[in-house]
Amino acid sequence: MKRRQFLATSAIAGTALGLGLAGAALAQDPLKVGFIYVGVPGDGGWTYQHDQGRLAVEEHFGDAVETTFIENVPEGADAERAITQLALSGHKLIFTTSFGFMDATLNVAQKFPDIKFEHATGYKQAPNVATYDARFYEGRAVIGTIAGRMSKTGKIGYIASFPIPEVIQGINSAYIHAKKVNPDAQMKVVWVYTWFDPAKEADAASALIAEGVDVLMQHTDSTAVMAKAQEAGVYAFGQASDMTAYAPKPRISSIIDNWAPYYIERTQAVIDGTWEPLASWKGIGDGEVVIGEISDEVPAEVRDEAMALRDKIGSGEYHPFSGPLNKQDGSAWLAEGEAADDATLSGMNFYVEGIEGEIPQ
Amino acid sequence: MVIGGIDIVLLIASMMVAATPILLAATGEMVAEKSGVLNLGVEGMMIIGAISGFAAAVATESPFVGFMAAAVGGAVMALLFALLTQYLLSNQVATGLALTLFGLGLSALMGQGYQGIKPPPTAKIDMGPLSDIPGLGPILFNHDWVVYLSLLLVGGTWAFLKYTRAGLILRAVGESHDAAHALGYRVIRVRIAALMFGGALAGLGGAYLSLVRVPQWTEGMTAGAGWIALAIVVFASWKAERVLLGAYLFGGVTVLQLRLQAAGIAIPVQVLSMAPYLITIIVLVIMSAPRGRATLAAPAALGRVFHASH
Repeated sequence: MKRRQFLATSAIAGTALGLGLAGAALAQDPLKVGFIYVGVPGDGGWTYQHDQGRLAVEEHFGDAVETTFIENVPEGADAERAITQLALSGHKLIFTTSFGFMDATLNVAQKFPDIKFEHATGYKQAPNVATYDARFYEGRAVIGTIAGRMSKTGKIGYIASFPIPEVIQGINSAYIHAKKVNPDAQMKVVWVYTWFDPAKEADAASALIAEGVDVLMQHTDSTAVMAKAQEAGVYAFGQASDMTAYAPKPRISSIIDNWAPYYIERTQAVIDGTWEPLASWKGIGDGEVVIGEISDEVPAEVRDEAMALRDKIGSGEYHPFSGPLNKQDGSAWLAEGEAADDATLSGMNFYVEGIEGEIPQ
Repeated sequence: MVIGGIDIVLLIASMMVAATPILLAATGEMVAEKSGVLNLGVEGMMIIGAISGFAAAVATESPFVGFMAAAVGGAVMALLFALLTQYLLSNQVATGLALTLFGLGLSALMGQGYQGIKPPPTAKIDMGPLSDIPGLGPILFNHDWVVYLSLLLVGGTWAFLKYTRAGLILRAVGESHDAAHALGYRVIRVRIAALMFGGALAGLGGAYLSLVRVPQWTEGMTAGAGWIALAIVVFASWKAERVLLGAYLFGGVTVLQLRLQAAGIAIPVQVLSMAPYLITIIVLVIMSAPRGRATLAAPAALGRVFHASH
């Protein structure tokens, strides 16, 4: 009896399910767009900005698009499972928003040739995998200038995540421009080997402050560094997001990643059927990297100097990696008047001359 | 005292701060496991403690109220776990994992609107001339009260388990719940009390992160500290003094490697990064090696479901 009842019920449920699916297929299906986050949307930094981009997509397309995200996905084998889950549940466009998802994205993409994948900050493309990145180093040049001007001890601290080109570009660019305005500038780099661990980021900030650092930069995702900077009375910059809650001090400016225009453009391309596997790399000029408001803690002439640099980079008049520049070991890299090409930058694995310490390999 | 550009005294002092969250959580979990329940929800209880403590401290401007609220928050989470596993006899491992996921989600919800807010500072205890003693002063007599509380709790737990009748009952329940039940001890009640103590301590540990160590609220800010606490309990072979050692060692090497990097000392960063895990494992393995398996053994009834059928 029980079993029969069960069978009957499931038959009804099955029919209903089948009808439901058919009904959905008849109506105009919304395009399902998936996002994989390395942290949480509430980190106030990197993932927060990606989530703002996702929300912008929802707002722009309304009912035509449905978005999903999976948060806190570890970089590694588990990422593949999460991406597969999105692929199997009908998502036609999937953004994987951290460098460490690179191989996982490519592996899943191979199994789902009809689904378009977009991998942030990576360098490996495939027929259905595009990459997109922002020229964060352009923003670093601007805040590096401010840091050089604002530091009294000349020691600038840099909390770095992983030794990948994206992070190394940032360290180099910030150092070059701090050094330009402050010949005593020194860069102290601490590698924390995580994108998101507020306690560890705070510990790293404390360690740098104990070393006499009075301006902090970070390439990690949380606002913990801000809290420590505030406690110690040193300066810091908003990273990935504006972090205005900490203005005017310790946050004296910020680099904001603005992904919304790109996400909308790519979603439109899938809807139109014009999607191509590109390698997008936009900067200040395209509005993908934005310099947040420079607070009143910064003297007016420094602000003007930083803004002028920002505008020169935005218009393409100036490249943050312009010769003459040597590598850390003293060998020549760029000659006078020469600017770095994208290929070198996207594989950057060396410090420029003057930075102490070694890049962990 | 300065070695290689690093002030050793300041280093030890900051090591104690870095170790306190995992020390608290691990001590609580050890008590729960001693009573025979494996609660894998430490991470979830910690983060609930982090946000409850943060919210209460911000609302009342009192870090003390914050820590108390954190303990209550953690204990409520543990009570939920206790109801599910002790009365409804659900699987402890699955329930613990679910508790972590639930805690992470619920804390994110509770934390809406608390981002970017600065909590009231947790004052350091003024010990007068004691804190001016060179060397010892900054290490021993210049901390906030939670650091001392955590040490007291470890000492108290050690003494409780070793010397008191109640501690003996708790251990008996953890070794053989059937025997303890036959003797007339209330297995479920003992376990619920132990779990709630564990939850309260995990909550305190979480609040130490959000009120002192970072200090701010960020979603997911425990970032795995609960799992480290769980590992330390196992490595410490369920002994309070070894939990203390494990937590301080782990916290110490974590801070040390960051300081070494900041000071520009040329040791490969990868080695430094894995050092906290590696050294904790090595030391605890060495400590427990000569006395054979018995010292490593977990409470015999750990993770087993108790159901009084007679």
